[in-house]
Amino acid sequence: MSDVAVLPFRPASRRAAAFGDRLFAFLAMSAGVLVLVLLGAIIVSLFIGGWPSFRAFGLPFLVNTDWDPVQNVFGAGVPVFGTLVTAVLALLIAVPLAFGIAFYLTEIAPGWFRRPVGTAIELLAAVPSIIYGMWGFFVIVPIMGDYVEPFLTDQLGDLPVIGGLFQGAPFGTGLLTAALILAVMIIPFIAATMRDVFNTVPAVFKESAYGVGCTTWEVMRSIVVPYTRASVVGGIMLGLGRALGETMAVTFVIGNTNRITTSLFGPGNTIASIVALEFPESQAGSLKLSSLLALGFILFVISFIVLAISRLLLRPRSA
Amino acid sequence: MKLISTALALTLAAFTATAQAQQITGAGATFPAPVYAKWGEAAKAAIGIELNYQAIGSGGGQNQIINRTVDFGASDAPVDAAKLEQNHLLQFPTVMGGVVPIVNLPGIDANKLKLPSELLAEIYLGKIVKWNDPKLVEANHGLPLPNLPIAPVYRADGSGTTFVFTSYLSAVSPDWKAQVGAATSVKWVAGNGAKGNDGVAATVKQVKGGIGYVEFAYATQNKLTTTQLRNKAGHFVAPTPAAFIAAANAGDWKGAANYAVNLIDTAAADAWPIVSPTFILLPTNPQDVTHSANVIRFFDFAYKNGGDIAKSLDYIALPAAVQDAVRSSWRSEIKGPDGAPVWK
Repeated sequence: MSDVAVLPFRPASRRAAAFGDRLFAFLAMSAGVLVLVLLGAIIVSLFIGGWPSFRAFGLPFLVNTDWDPVQNVFGAGVPVFGTLVTAVLALLIAVPLAFGIAFYLTEIAPGWFRRPVGTAIELLAAVPSIIYGMWGFFVIVPIMGDYVEPFLTDQLGDLPVIGGLFQGAPFGTGLLTAALILAVMIIPFIAATMRDVFNTVPAVFKESAYGVGCTTWEVMRSIVVPYTRASVVGGIMLGLGRALGETMAVTFVIGNTNRITTSLFGPGNTIASIVALEFPESQAGSLKLSSLLALGFILFVISFIVLAISRLLLRPRSA
Repeated sequence: MKLISTALALTLAAFTATAQAQQITGAGATFPAPVYAKWGEAAKAAIGIELNYQAIGSGGGQNQIINRTVDFGASDAPVDAAKLEQNHLLQFPTVMGGVVPIVNLPGIDANKLKLPSELLAEIYLGKIVKWNDPKLVEANHGLPLPNLPIAPVYRADGSGTTFVFTSYLSAVSPDWKAQVGAATSVKWVAGNGAKGNDGVAATVKQVKGGIGYVEFAYATQNKLTTTQLRNKAGHFVAPTPAAFIAAANAGDWKGAANYAVNLIDTAAADAWPIVSPTFILLPTNPQDVTHSANVIRFFDFAYKNGGDIAKSLDYIALPAAVQDAVRSSWRSEIKGPDGAPVWK
């Protein structure tokens, strides 16, 4: 036990240390506040930019389906309709698939297979949206136009009530195709969230259920899903948030038309895609530019609400 | 020792000469962007002016030059006189180009389909919905027009091409003028939108029975199936450089204020009816006289030497008389703070 080198402890003077602490706390706080300020500034500047349009058209702006740059009459009706319809349709397609993926990965798949499939799903989430757009336009659109849409018209087009949804010229582009592409894009988000929350179910619950003779499906339905319901809905909302704001992929396949159609094959428009397309040709100070900013504000509010709900539902269980 | 210093001085001089390649910045119209890029390369080598051009769209180009963030703006649609005056801008044309319809009809080759102008308007108004409509059959005796729905395709992004095309439809169809009108983006009645020339071309290619409109240069370079149009004189013409030049020569350049000449649906016998010039916007009260002079030197060079480049890219150069008129406008309109012309 001879000379153990002991580093001399040299405390900085107490005052200097206190100053450093305060400085660091201040810097950290400003970094945090900056995010809040940025968010607020974006909302405020979108609102100010959109104000001339809100003032000119009033509340009917939200539902007016006119978009006529020649007459300077603008309404958010068509893009809002297109945004909501494509996003909801995308959820209808994506949720069952994502549930299936998560169910398989957590309950059925052999252990060695879970990791590669899980990684593949996460990689799908990393594919840039422009790639989905091009794939959609060059691969999915011809398939939809040549096979899927004529088939759906044949099978479902004559049904009462819903038949009208499946009529119209099969051009391949339109609301249904856009929803399909969106579904592929949001499946990874929803599936990954579902898998993660399914894994949080305490093993003892499931084992007890198996112990009393439940099948895998009964365990899923009666134990896992009820236990994770809020988080699952939160994950779905996260996907919805992404679907609402998607721009490029949708622009490629939706047909970009400012009309409301009654058919799922009909073209439409979304808020994000109309802003992307019309922005470069909008004059400074014009009502058109202001209307586009107003659309941006509306999209912001919609996404904000959806994400707020998803946060609320995804918060960790307290009990 | 003296030799070395002389050599050094010479190298330095040579170095500064090349480094002196002066940059000018412009932004705006996408339609002439390819020809401006080629002119930029030629001008850098010949007169040492380097062009930095951002094809952000005509509307953006107008916004940027009004804010004076660039040396010049570029716009496909002419700017109205009041706005030019208010913002102290001189407008002058550089090149012209045509807009052409393209179709996808099995068994029908390029420039075989004849489209009377009012029928083109009716197609885009959604009034003619089948390719074997009697009106189309009547204009195309002997052509096997299929029983296919017509799928009109238009530019979904705001664009000068749309402005030119809708100006033409407004000129030939009172219904179109009353119901839709002309602008960089309009309220389309029928059809689907696609982004950019390439988007329109690709959509037309994919949909049997599709019809769209693109710039002529884009159509020739991609070998798209163009059509004939009936012009004001009543003749069916195919889109060719000769037909564009006929339209350019028929324009009333002298009578047009700010060179905003109307080449749409001219009366010349062999003129293509959808031709339009594209414009440059230059401040008449430049803050930086050298930059302004360099912009003018650049376009003077382009007028003198850029004709072949324009031709090789399927654009039409300005008639010589118009070039001379523009030169005298530069002298008389663009003055430095001291009142002296920027360019002599």
